[in-house]
Amino acid sequence: MSDSKPIPGSIDELESLLAREDYVSGRALSTALYLALRLGRPILLEGEAGVGKTEVAKALAGCLDRDLIRLQCYEGLDIHQAVYEWNYARQVLEIHLMRDGGNLDRTAAAKELFRREFLIERPLLRALEHDGPAPVLLIDELDRADEEFEGYLLEMLSDFQVTIPELGTVRAPRPPIILITSNRTRELHDALKRRCVYCWIDYPDFEKELRIVETKVPGAGRALSEQATAFVQELRQADLYKKAGVSETLDWVTALVALNDNRVTPERIDQTLGLLLKNQEDIHTVRGDPVRAMLDRAQNRGVRTSYAGQEPANKWATSSKT
Amino acid sequence: MGHLLENLTAFARFLRSLGLAVPAGSTIEAARAAQCINIGKKDDFRLALRAMLVSRAEDLQVFDQAFQAFWKEPSGTSTKLDLRPLGSERRFGEPIVEMESLAGDTGSVVPDQGARVERVEIATYSQREVLRQKDFKSFTAEETAQAIRLLREMRWRPEPRRTKRWVAGRGTSADLRKLLAKFAWREADPTPLPMRLRKTAPRHLVLLCDISGSMERYTRMMLWFACCLAGNLRSVESFVFATRLTRITKKLRGQRGSNPLREIGRLVPDWSGGTCIGDAVRVFNTQWARRIRRNGAVVLLVSDGWDRGDPESLRREVARLQRSCHRLIWLSPLLGDPRYEPLTRGLQAALPHVDNFLPVHNLASLDRLAVHLNTLPQGA
Repeated sequence: MSDSKPIPGSIDELESLLAREDYVSGRALSTALYLALRLGRPILLEGEAGVGKTEVAKALAGCLDRDLIRLQCYEGLDIHQAVYEWNYARQVLEIHLMRDGGNLDRTAAAKELFRREFLIERPLLRALEHDGPAPVLLIDELDRADEEFEGYLLEMLSDFQVTIPELGTVRAPRPPIILITSNRTRELHDALKRRCVYCWIDYPDFEKELRIVETKVPGAGRALSEQATAFVQELRQADLYKKAGVSETLDWVTALVALNDNRVTPERIDQTLGLLLKNQEDIHTVRGDPVRAMLDRAQNRGVRTSYAGQEPANKWATSSKT
Repeated sequence: MGHLLENLTAFARFLRSLGLAVPAGSTIEAARAAQCINIGKKDDFRLALRAMLVSRAEDLQVFDQAFQAFWKEPSGTSTKLDLRPLGSERRFGEPIVEMESLAGDTGSVVPDQGARVERVEIATYSQREVLRQKDFKSFTAEETAQAIRLLREMRWRPEPRRTKRWVAGRGTSADLRKLLAKFAWREADPTPLPMRLRKTAPRHLVLLCDISGSMERYTRMMLWFACCLAGNLRSVESFVFATRLTRITKKLRGQRGSNPLREIGRLVPDWSGGTCIGDAVRVFNTQWARRIRRNGAVVLLVSDGWDRGDPESLRREVARLQRSCHRLIWLSPLLGDPRYEPLTRGLQAALPHVDNFLPVHNLASLDRLAVHLNTLPQGA
């Protein structure tokens, strides 16, 4: 049954496992993840949109060979969408069948109608009842759900069980590995945070982002990756409503590769800015001269980092001297 | 282990003294975490403790500094780092402007606690009415004290907003779950159908208050207004601005009507400076609008519209603010004067993007504002 891998024995091991899944993890994230796994606690990942919070769950599920169950949160999400729902249509059908058969006994019918086969499992219940090794459960963008739902989650997070009034309490034989993400559009409740290991994921620095680009878009040449990454790093310094996330960087570099570019030009940036910035005002602000200025600064920075000798401590920097 | 736990407890206490929210049980959890890792690697140790003890992004920096200071090698000499500012930096900004002048005479007439306020009686109905109609700017200290009392009596109950969550009730959608539950117990078809409707929640309010020089004679009353609003409603976010935006929500909370000016004065660096409304609204739009989840909020922008900034940028920011909120209401104390016309360039540019442009120059106008808020249409 279990061809899943055991939980890694050290932070370094976890980091290299994630790297094998093409996920470039920082030390802070690896440490927090490792502790969450070892202590059997949920992990709360916060950070701006597009820094790779959801990707962590995919990579973790991949490297531990677990199934990934995902619950996308939204305002108004309730237990019928998140945990379970009765299959009303089948229940009605069943009532009619019972009545036609002439044996509609009240107590029996009530029992008949709320059997397991009429139950529709939603992600949380699926994660608890999962066969085989404990799955990875991703509760995505919890800040979008309302406080009522957060309250409901508490039982699940601390005891790994949910209660269905008609059936009783369902307890997970093996607690799932729970990842919660939040974009911080609101502060999550303290009671929930207390149950979690916490990690804030920031925008990556140049070296890390370049490593991500090179891992995820292998088709892009070294020069293109370097220039594009340096430009995005500059772009994030600008005063904008919505900064470009790592996923935007990847989309953009992929687009540049698709357009057969091997270096970044101001004209091309203007044409493809919509892949990096998703806000009309922001695009308007940087299009044209600001883009040129940023590209200039980015290129100077590129020169600087290419003199890798300056930072011998950085393994990547020395290898980038090509 | 024994020493570690002791040290961790001390460290947690230290963090709390710096203003971090470190729950009681987390020290033990942190000790467990420390056993899972190679404690000899100092950076891993720091990151592990951070994952266990910190739960807010804004605490990360303070934590790292505190960690540096606390877990350094015992070198014989005690730390030269002055740690006190670490805490005070978080709790309140540098006291730049002394608030005595602004609190003014009210300080003596309205003491910090309610006890003595009770004695400031407003004798008759007609006196009350005169006070209600009088412009804030010509208040005497005594009248201010009386007005504050009246202000406290006002009840703010904005029309709630409809959420996406369902509850049982006389709605337009059938509650299938309940229907089946009923069905199971009864033989006849259950009529009437159990119905459900969207749940309502308190409407969020955001108050952006101009405290620049030109607003000076109104600032005091407006802050009391903000204070009463925060005392009445749970979901109010308050900000003040002149040249920069300062969040005062937490200062107003728990004030229970004691003089808010002193506390806020410590926080705000730009009392009575020039105004740049566009910049302030921009900061709100970029840094706060998403953070405090005020979707469907009613935004009250209190300002006289005297603006030193660029009218075009003001227009852009106000337009964006309007698009991201439920209602944008501009409150101006100058509107109390019937001869006043909003002719400043900034105001001209911004007004097309404002839902309501209402006066706030006396108590009667605040009354009307309360009625207006209480009868706003629902919607998401």
